[in-house]
Amino acid sequence: MTVHLLRRLGWSVLVLAFVSTLTFMIFFAIPTNPAALIAGKYASKETIAKIEKDLGLDRPKPVQLVRFLTHAAIGDWGYSYASQQPVLGAIREAFPRTLSLAFGATVVWLLLGIPLGVLSAVKPNSLWDGFAMAFALFGISAPAYWTGLVFLRVFADQLGWFPLGDYQAIGEAGVLAWAHHLVLPWITLALLYAGWYARMLRSHMLEIGRLDYVRTARAKGLSPRAVVGRHVLRNALLPIVTMLGADVAYLLGGAVLTESVYGIPGIGGLAWRAIRQRDLPMVMGTVLFAAVFIVAANVIVDLVYAWLDPRIQQEA
Amino acid sequence: MSATATDTVTFAAGERNAVAEFSPWRAATLRFFSDPWAVAGLAFLLVLALLALAAPWVVERGLRRSAFDLHMTGTVAIGGREVEVVSGDGLPLGPNPHFWLGADLLGRDLLSRLLYGARVSMFVSLLGTALAMVLGLGAGLLAGYYRGAVDTAISRFTDAMMAVPILLLAIALASVMRQGSVWIVILILGLVNWTYLARIIRAEVLSLRERDFIEAARALGASDRALLVRHLLPNLLGSLIVFATLSVAGNILLESALSFLGVGIRPPTPSWGNMIEEGMPFYTVAWWIMLFPGVAILLTVVSLNLVGDGLRAALAPAGESGRSG
Repeated sequence: MTVHLLRRLGWSVLVLAFVSTLTFMIFFAIPTNPAALIAGKYASKETIAKIEKDLGLDRPKPVQLVRFLTHAAIGDWGYSYASQQPVLGAIREAFPRTLSLAFGATVVWLLLGIPLGVLSAVKPNSLWDGFAMAFALFGISAPAYWTGLVFLRVFADQLGWFPLGDYQAIGEAGVLAWAHHLVLPWITLALLYAGWYARMLRSHMLEIGRLDYVRTARAKGLSPRAVVGRHVLRNALLPIVTMLGADVAYLLGGAVLTESVYGIPGIGGLAWRAIRQRDLPMVMGTVLFAAVFIVAANVIVDLVYAWLDPRIQQEA
Repeated sequence: MSATATDTVTFAAGERNAVAEFSPWRAATLRFFSDPWAVAGLAFLLVLALLALAAPWVVERGLRRSAFDLHMTGTVAIGGREVEVVSGDGLPLGPNPHFWLGADLLGRDLLSRLLYGARVSMFVSLLGTALAMVLGLGAGLLAGYYRGAVDTAISRFTDAMMAVPILLLAIALASVMRQGSVWIVILILGLVNWTYLARIIRAEVLSLRERDFIEAARALGASDRALLVRHLLPNLLGSLIVFATLSVAGNILLESALSFLGVGIRPPTPSWGNMIEEGMPFYTVAWWIMLFPGVAILLTVVSLNLVGDGLRAALAPAGESGRSG
C-alpha cells in the first residue's frame, strides 16, 4: 500500500511538471516580450533590458523553465507581470469564491441528479422516467453561460428574486447574502452535472439490475426497496464517486464560463484574464493550481477504490 | 405445461431465424429507426445541415436580405408602416413579422446570422471531431495492440494530458495562435478531445486481441497491418460512431464557449457563441440577441445526444433497455 501510494505521488509530481512545461511552451510560442509590456510604451531599451534581467527573461528558455519549476516546488510562485501582485496571494484571494461556487453547486447537483437517476431506473420507460431523462438531456445540452444569462434575465432582472450577478463574501456579508448571490450560479452549474449524473446512475443501475446476484437477492424474497438500496444503488454509486472526485476537482480549478457570466471574481476569471494579458507567472500559477486539484483527485479516488476493492491494490 | 415450454422454444428459434436474415448492421439500423426520439434528432440535424449548406441562397432569396448588411439607419416596412431597425436610443427591433427573430445591435437580421453561424459551428465541430478521431484512434490502436513499452508511453501521455485543465488549455492555445482563424479552433477541438477516444479504443483493443478470431487470423499468417485494419478496425466501428456523434455535440458546446470568451471564431464571422457574447451586455433590454443562438445550440446538441443515445442502444442492444427522452 505504501509503495503504491509513493508511486502514485511520484507520478503526480511528474504530471504537474508536464502540465507546467506544456503551459510554458504554449506561452513562449508567441513573440511577445513581457518586459516590454511591464515597462510600458515609452520605456528605453535600457529599462527593458534591466527588467528582463531582473525577471530572468534574458536567460535561455529551458533555464527559465527549470527555475520556475524549482521555485514553484518550494512554494515561490512569483509575481504577476500585470499587477505586480504575488501570484499565490491573488490565488488565495480568488479561491474562496471559486470554492463557494463549486461547493454549493455540488450539493445542488447531487440532490437533483441522484434522486432523478434512481427514480427513473426504478421505473424505466415510465412517464416519470421520460420526464427525468428529458430534464437530464436539457442539462447536458444547454451551454452553461447561456443558461446563466437566461436565469439572470428571468429571475434577477424580470422577477427580481435574485441580484444581477456580483459576489458577496461569507465573512463580510453573512451567510444569507452570500447564498442569495450564489443561488443562480449554483443552479446553473448544477443543471449540467445533475444531467450527467442522472443519466450515468440510471444506466449503471439498469445494468447492475440484470446481474445474477441481484436476481438472487430478489429470488430469496428481499423487498424491492432492499434490493435497490442494498444491492443495486450501492454498486452503481461507485463509478459516480469517481466522477464526483474528478468533477469537483475540475471545478475547483475555476469555472471560467459561470464565473464570467455572474461576475464572480474566482480562479477561472483570474486565469482567463492572465492568459489575455500574457501574464506568464499568473498563467503558470493558475494552470498549475487547477492541475494540482485534478491530480490530487486522481490519487484520492485511487486510494478510495483500493480501500473499497482490495483486488485493485494487487494489480498495481 | 410441457406444450407451453415447447411452444416457447419454437417461438424463440423462429425469432432467431428471423433476426439472422439481417446482417448485424442492418439489424442495428432497424433498431435505430425504431427509436422515435433518435429519428427526430436525426431529422432535425438533417434539416439544419441543409439550411446551413444553403444559407447564402436561403438568406438572399428566401428571406431577401443579407446576413452582413447593417441597417443601423435603415427602415423596414412592417404592416405597411416604415419602422427603424435600430431606434434612436440604440435599441434594435425585437422579433417581428419582418425580422422573425429580431435584429442585433447593428441592425443585422438575427435569423440570417443564425443560419450562417450554423455553417461555422457545424464545420468546425465536424472537423474537430475528425481530427480527434484520427489522433485518438491511432494512439488507442497502437497502445492496445502493441502493449508493453508503447502502451506505457502512450497511456502515460494520455493520462498526463487529461490532467491539463481543458478549457484553460484551449483558451491559452487560442490566444497564443493566430486568433479568429477557423483552422486554429478546429486544431484546438481536436487536441482537447482525442484522449477520451484513445482510452476507449485502447481498452477495446486489449480485450479484442485476446479473442479467438484474432488468434486464428494470426495463425493464418496475417500481418500486423492486416490484423489492425481488417480485423480490429471493423469491430471498433460501433464505438467510433457513438464517440463521433457525442464528440460533435461536445465540440459545438466547446466552440461556442471559446467564441463566447472571445478566443474562438471572431466577428464579423457569425458563430453561435460569439453571437451570444455580442448579446450578453444587453440581455436585459435586447434579450433576443442572446436567447436565439443559445436555443440553436441547445436544439442541436439535444439532437446530437438523442442520435448518439439511439446509436449506442442500436449498436450494443444488450447494454440498454430502451431510453426515453
